Amino acid sequence: MSETSENPTGATRVQRRRRINLPYLGLAPSWALMGFALILPIFIIAAVSVAVRGAYGGFDWGFDLSGYRQILFNEGWTGEMEFTPQYLSIILRTILLASVTTLLCLLLAVPVAYWIARQPGNRKSLLVFLVTLPFWMSMILRVYAWMIILGKDGPLPRFLEVFGAPSGMTLMYNDGATLAAMVYTYIPLMVLPVFASIEKLDGPLIEAAHDLYGNRWTTLRRVILPLTAPGIASGAILVFVPALGAVLEPILMGGGKQMMMGSLIQLQFGGGRNWPFGAAIAMTLMIVVMLVLIAVALRSARKEAEA
Amino acid sequence: MSQQNAVEVIDVSKNFGSYQALRSVNFEIRENEFFTMLGPSGCGKTTLLRMIAGFETPDRGKFLLHGRDIVDIPPHKRRVNTVFQSYALFPHMTLAQNVAFGLENLGWERARITARVGEMLERVHMGAFANRKPEQLSGGQRQRIALARALAPEPEVLLLDEPLSALDLKLRQAMRDELRTLQRDTGITFVFVTHDQEEALDMSDRIAVLGSGEVQQIGTPSEIYEEPSNQFVADFVGETNFFEVEVLESTEKTATVRTPFGQVISVPSSTHVLPGKATLSIRPEKLNLGDQAQGVAFQAEVVKKHYLGGYSHYQLSVGGVEIRASRRNASREGDMISVGSTVHVGFIEGSARVLAA
Repeated sequence: MSETSENPTGATRVQRRRRINLPYLGLAPSWALMGFALILPIFIIAAVSVAVRGAYGGFDWGFDLSGYRQILFNEGWTGEMEFTPQYLSIILRTILLASVTTLLCLLLAVPVAYWIARQPGNRKSLLVFLVTLPFWMSMILRVYAWMIILGKDGPLPRFLEVFGAPSGMTLMYNDGATLAAMVYTYIPLMVLPVFASIEKLDGPLIEAAHDLYGNRWTTLRRVILPLTAPGIASGAILVFVPALGAVLEPILMGGGKQMMMGSLIQLQFGGGRNWPFGAAIAMTLMIVVMLVLIAVALRSARKEAEA
Repeated sequence: MSQQNAVEVIDVSKNFGSYQALRSVNFEIRENEFFTMLGPSGCGKTTLLRMIAGFETPDRGKFLLHGRDIVDIPPHKRRVNTVFQSYALFPHMTLAQNVAFGLENLGWERARITARVGEMLERVHMGAFANRKPEQLSGGQRQRIALARALAPEPEVLLLDEPLSALDLKLRQAMRDELRTLQRDTGITFVFVTHDQEEALDMSDRIAVLGSGEVQQIGTPSEIYEEPSNQFVADFVGETNFFEVEVLESTEKTATVRTPFGQVISVPSSTHVLPGKATLSIRPEKLNLGDQAQGVAFQAEVVKKHYLGGYSHYQLSVGGVEIRASRRNASREGDMISVGSTVHVGFIEGSARVLAA
């Protein structure tokens, strides 16, 4: 029995190996692209972050953690370490700004996505196209448009003058202006995945919820949100991650008064001529984001396993 | 009227764009009955059901639920529950949570909900599955949970939208029995929508046959089958043969006609037909063949024969017209009727019927 059965299994094993190898070979170009375009740059930044700062900018390969140390401590004249919260506060402020942006995008995008998903076929495709339309224009131009809207004598301050706001007022150069431009820039990234998950939602499920005495709020909370959570999660990640690295909006809209992480990193690679420090901030940012995402993924996986 | 109707449909019309889905429909559904809306796809039956549930609003007319007008009441405030064709079980909830959903929204106490959920799951033989998710169930099991979920809040009316159409044949037949039993046990008015005439005949107390947005006939299953009110009903419910006949004399309920075979006979009539041409309907099983032939008789040629054991179906040709007949094989005599042979065909006058167009 065992002898006869061994032969066929041996044959299938050989066959299987052949079958697996070929597609992997076929994937080689994409692996190469992934390696060079995604993974290698990360390793380079990691290497730069522990490199030695060059005397006239740039860096020399080596191992020096002073870039990381500099995030929290400043080296005094006599070599003593002094705790400096200024970079930490930039990081925290950036995370706060990105979080609020994500939250506002979510609140605005869910009703929009829900409404689009309920439209008839033709109009639905048109509306999805319109949502992506701003992406067809340069981001700087779109931010400049917001500068005009909120700026001195812009449409919005003029409109507010009707309600008694002081004339010649500007709504520019504050966190609110930064936030407005950020939400505007990133909201399509939230609408699209949320729309996709709502559209997949079975129409009769919502009817069933109403049929079983669920009002709109109950239906949203107990049926629509749990079933569209994956779309909301990916939308939140798509908005949060680029919002962390935003450079243009804080500078143009916020007037650059409040330093953000994106500008800080840019500064180190530019005028600051401290590449290892810039790379260290970038790596820290990436590690923090990854840890948060892993924690979220683990938590939802555990929830799934419990249910 | 001593007993109140569960649902009254009053002069309801609905258009979808230029398409007339319903044209001033009127009927009532009685308390505690198993009422079926039967018709081909596009006849408006599902639209009517969705209007009772509250998912659609009529352009004109109204719906009374136990005497109250419900047109302006949103679905979540109607004491009506639906069993959806696709079941629409909440995939992220366990079966027990699915069944509890309606009760929670009605504000029942936890202990009462738990008891009711257990009772309902037992009733549909799914007690052991309370903590499973819908994806772990077979079609028939999902069907049962959908029923339990819709029946748990004790609705005034239970709406069933082709609930058996996604099941395989054997399961469908078993579920018919279960549905009927559930309806009797709970005493809840069931409104069942189907395009399957056999389901309708088997389960219903009364059937409304719908066609092109209008009620064609309402009656008990045997009234619908034996006394169809027009050609549409006779053709849609069961099989039938139509003959063109000449009306010689007629009253409200009967007509004297000349058959294509020359005999002058007196048959029941669905309406008071005018003298001239009319259509006579005879069901295949009412055409008797060979030794069983009696009554009005004619000769026909056997074109095809389907031997099914207990029954045989025959396709016959008479004067160039194809007709169908079926014969109960009470003895092996039926074997003698072979394709190509000429056979005696007969029917009793009372089993034929003159129909309105």
